[in-house]
Amino acid sequence: MSVTAPARTTEVMITYPAPSLWRLTVVELRKMADTRAGAWLLAITVLLAAAVVVVVTTAGEATDLTFPALLAPTLLPAAVLLPVLGVLSVTGEWSHRTTLTTYALVPRRMRVTAAKVLAALALAALAYAACLAATAAALPFADAGADPWRIPAQFLGRTGLFLVVNVLLGVAFGLALMNSALAVVLYFVLPIGWSILGELVTALHRPAEWLDLSVTSGLLLEPVMTGRDWARLGTSAAVWIVAPFVLGLLRLHRREVK
Amino acid sequence: MIEVAHLTKRYGAQLAVDDVSFTCEPGTVTGFLGPNGAGKSTTMRMICGLTPPTGGHATVAGRPYRRLPNPGREVGLLLDASAQHPGRTGRETLALAAQLLGVPESRVGDLLALVDLPASAARKRVGAYSLGMRQRLGLAQALLGEPRALILDEPANGLDPEGIFWMRGLLRDFADRGGTVLLSSHLLREVEAVADRLVMIGNGRILAQGAKDELLAGAGTRVRALDPGALHRALAAAGLAHTPAGGGALLVDADAEAVGRAAAAAGLVLLELGSRGAHGLEEMFLSLTTTPEGTAR
Repeated sequence: MSVTAPARTTEVMITYPAPSLWRLTVVELRKMADTRAGAWLLAITVLLAAAVVVVVTTAGEATDLTFPALLAPTLLPAAVLLPVLGVLSVTGEWSHRTTLTTYALVPRRMRVTAAKVLAALALAALAYAACLAATAAALPFADAGADPWRIPAQFLGRTGLFLVVNVLLGVAFGLALMNSALAVVLYFVLPIGWSILGELVTALHRPAEWLDLSVTSGLLLEPVMTGRDWARLGTSAAVWIVAPFVLGLLRLHRREVK
Repeated sequence: MIEVAHLTKRYGAQLAVDDVSFTCEPGTVTGFLGPNGAGKSTTMRMICGLTPPTGGHATVAGRPYRRLPNPGREVGLLLDASAQHPGRTGRETLALAAQLLGVPESRVGDLLALVDLPASAARKRVGAYSLGMRQRLGLAQALLGEPRALILDEPANGLDPEGIFWMRGLLRDFADRGGTVLLSSHLLREVEAVADRLVMIGNGRILAQGAKDELLAGAGTRVRALDPGALHRALAAAGLAHTPAGGGALLVDADAEAVGRAAAAAGLVLLELGSRGAHGLEEMFLSLTTTPEGTAR
């Protein structure tokens, strides 16, 4: 009790260390996979990716297939569904009110968020590795083009970044909106909205080029990316990832946990 | 040790918690009593750093909760048993908490046994649990980090009478081994059997607090004599304030001994003499907390 502890105090004061960021990240990864929704989402992602590989390699029209040409479609299921897992990793805590446990056990909320981001990135890395392996395994069975194993290093980097951008988008949406349904719906509707509006309103053509993240992130899968392409990607990422992220962190810092 | 000093929470124009102060000492069970919406849960969430207070502060184990590096090792929380992910199994829920706390996963099995959740139930998803099972799971989670204090919000909700009895034993034992327990309830009966101290709250303000025995004794004495008129005169002569309690009995604002002596001095035959005990406390509690705005959140 008292600040100057008397010598006769027999009780040993043990200070238990805080969980490391590594431990928090492992826990967050586990939380993504150990619920019914999480397990299904992961299973569906794997099945879809496998189906894409099989269909693309065996379908008749796929001639002159190369590693990059097969990798790009294989990545799509993960690029579409892993962000949902990223959304749910953040919003699921609010909708099921497990924040009451999470932020009671780890009061430093920013650390929890950091762990969630790292867990989402780790999941993206795992998915990427799995897609690379699946592509490499399927390529020998395909009607391969000339020099199918030529894999430009920068293409590998860009496709990896493609996954990362999408997963971070999910986490950012989840953070900013803190509501599963809203964040998931918006994540899917926003690109559709852009393309519909972009078609209808000519004045939106140019802004969409710079702000529609589904288009600008798709540039990462193109064979060549110009400096202007990178600027377009950076601009849209700042609007749809960085801004919601900052907004979400501010909200989280103040929000009452009930 | 839990210390609460002048905690206040204002939501817009409404004062949910108003200058609440109390202390929970090691080795004691403190019952935090109040009707629904009195501010119990808000106070508990403020102690745990989940709700930022408008004013005042609280410490657990000598530090503000949010400054505890690994709070689950110092204080076990059960703030809402239904706040668990329904798609996760009971065992997995505990295993996650064990991993966060840094306690061996073998403790999960020990605690499932302690709270009497069989392995078959632990394998089920929490969504399929009854409220009573969720309370047991929540209690297991609270105890997982071998804490020295427990903060439990309405832990008896959803438990059957046997379960309530079992939990009383568990909390009493925890306190007797030097632990600090703060548990809330809207039912006096539920906590009076286990609490050493009571803190009563209504409309965000503390109405009464102290040792349970003192509070119970302070609730007055019920007395009935063969000759009610003579009893009335004897009590008045002794300077003991009293009110009619129906059935010819009187409710005296004094302990049983003082009332008995006053009656003996007048040579009266008594038919009934006893502390109002919990009954009196409950009435006091009801009268103090029943106000027109008592239904506010």
